[in-house]
Amino acid sequence: MREPDEHRLFRRTVAEFVANEITPHVAEWDEAEEFPRDLYRKAGELGLFGIGFAEEHGGLGTHDALLLAIVAEELAQCGAGGIPASLFSNYIGAPPIQAAGTPETQAEILPRMLSGDAVCALAITEPGGGSDVANLSTTAVADGDVYIVNGQKTFITSGMRADYVTTAVRTGDDGAAGLSLLVVPTDLPGFSTTPLQKMGWWASDTATLYFDDVAVPKRYLLGEEGQGFGLIMLNFNHERLFMIAGMVGGSRLLFDEALDWARERETFGRPLATRQVVRHKLVEMDRRINATRAWMAELIDRVDAGEAPVAQLAECKVQASRTLEFCAREASQILGGASYLRGNPVERLYREVRVNAIGGGSEEIMIDLAARQLGI
Amino acid sequence: MKVAVCVKQIPDPASDYSLDPATHNLVRPAEQVLDDTDRYGVEMALQIAEQHEGSVTLVSMGPSGNLQGIRQALAMGADKAVLVDDEELKGSDSLTTAKVLAAAIAREEYDLVIAGTESTDGYSGIVPQQVAALLGIPSLTYATQVDTDGSSVSIRRQTAAGYDEVSASTPVLVSVTAGVVEPRYPTFKGIMQAKQKPVDTVTAGDLGVEASPGQAIRSVQPAPAREAGEKVVDEGEAHLQVVAALEQAKVV
Repeated sequence: MREPDEHRLFRRTVAEFVANEITPHVAEWDEAEEFPRDLYRKAGELGLFGIGFAEEHGGLGTHDALLLAIVAEELAQCGAGGIPASLFSNYIGAPPIQAAGTPETQAEILPRMLSGDAVCALAITEPGGGSDVANLSTTAVADGDVYIVNGQKTFITSGMRADYVTTAVRTGDDGAAGLSLLVVPTDLPGFSTTPLQKMGWWASDTATLYFDDVAVPKRYLLGEEGQGFGLIMLNFNHERLFMIAGMVGGSRLLFDEALDWARERETFGRPLATRQVVRHKLVEMDRRINATRAWMAELIDRVDAGEAPVAQLAECKVQASRTLEFCAREASQILGGASYLRGNPVERLYREVRVNAIGGGSEEIMIDLAARQLGI
Repeated sequence: MKVAVCVKQIPDPASDYSLDPATHNLVRPAEQVLDDTDRYGVEMALQIAEQHEGSVTLVSMGPSGNLQGIRQALAMGADKAVLVDDEELKGSDSLTTAKVLAAAIAREEYDLVIAGTESTDGYSGIVPQQVAALLGIPSLTYATQVDTDGSSVSIRRQTAAGYDEVSASTPVLVSVTAGVVEPRYPTFKGIMQAKQKPVDTVTAGDLGVEASPGQAIRSVQPAPAREAGEKVVDEGEAHLQVVAALEQAKVV
């Protein structure tokens, strides 16, 4: 499947942007557990946040899953998944605003998010549960012009520096029908955060959020009360596609790192790449990456044609995280001791395998979702 | 201010290349990229055009291919392109190239012509000066900074001691070095808009220039392998041998 000329040109542009603006700094940023906020503005200038957002706010006007996948695949080449993860908290926090925010809320937030001046995050998971979205317990109680929000959210990407947190809250009874999405400006009194230290994605800020009687103006409600669950589900297909593409990009980076090393590194008088055991590892990595990428390309095509291949996206996410896991292990075996040293992309991606297999829907949840979708 | 910018599509330097066995010319794939050095010229032109309510026209010679390199420059913000694509010009020397570019530029209204210092696939480094001479306008070369009030242009040219300031009235040609400005990245919006921008493809004949490359490459030999250096074993006097070697190489 050949990408259109303009998409290939954009791929080249994003690749250059990543090579010039991100890759040279990733080791430093990962150790610092933060990247400069200015990177949001640079990414905004390039239009990286605009896919799927209305032109009146500065977006591209149309959704384009291929473009989204290109961005994810090329950003992954920086070798530190925490950077795209944090940059693209915008991409999970802002689409519900685009889909269901009042014109006033959209005009306040979207142009600033698209230019990189404001950071959006999505807060669903709570200390009491993650994938069980229908049963979350953070409450928003109507009181005049405001909702009084109480509760906690955790594992929230960009939680420390988000300006707006699109928050899943309970406005009604138990179950999915009682859920709403409410945008919480983070400068409101009663909102606080603590950072979380993680196995990987160090450069990404991840936090627990505390809501203690936060009074949020009612105009920040997205859609109607009780529409939260539907809006949350709306997000998942593109989020999964973005994660799949990031994992395909990461797997390719692992392959390239392993291949370069195998060609240069000599043992017993010959390059590693001349050893059958190493050659087979490399081909096996390539085979799995190609299979995953071809499947992803088909799903991109279907999503761009307006389909919602939920089961396939869920299965492909599992395929992608298993491929990443395999490639991380094999690349590490080929690099040997070098892959155990900090600052090496193989070492970093090896640690990042876990978040990819768990975040955005764990492998087990994905497989169960697929089973239900397939009527098994 | 109307600005013409010389640009070139070249094969992606990161990919493998081959030479035509008969002509020894570089085989150019359909998909070429904008020469990296040209991005500085395009950016400089865009900044000047933005400051002085002008327009930017790209001028290029070479096979069109799928126009990816030209579109890259249009996506940065240039308004239109003139591309001289003529089979007979394959393998042109720098003077022929300059004649073609000068003829293409002369058809346009221009106050300023901007070029990079040299192309990444040709490296002759003299085309900008030749274009200026053929157009009968002054050339300000190797600029590390460019300023204009709209009617005259002044540049800084790096020297061993510092920099020279050189200026001339328009129309003028300026060749810019890498780093003169920071080139912008084309946005996807820009890329989509570039599809609609005019690309005027002409032949040498359309410009009234004789289409003859002006040179033929007789043979191409691989560069000799680098010979191993000389090892100096230090037995107390090694520094003298090193100094002698440096003197012999006339570097000290």
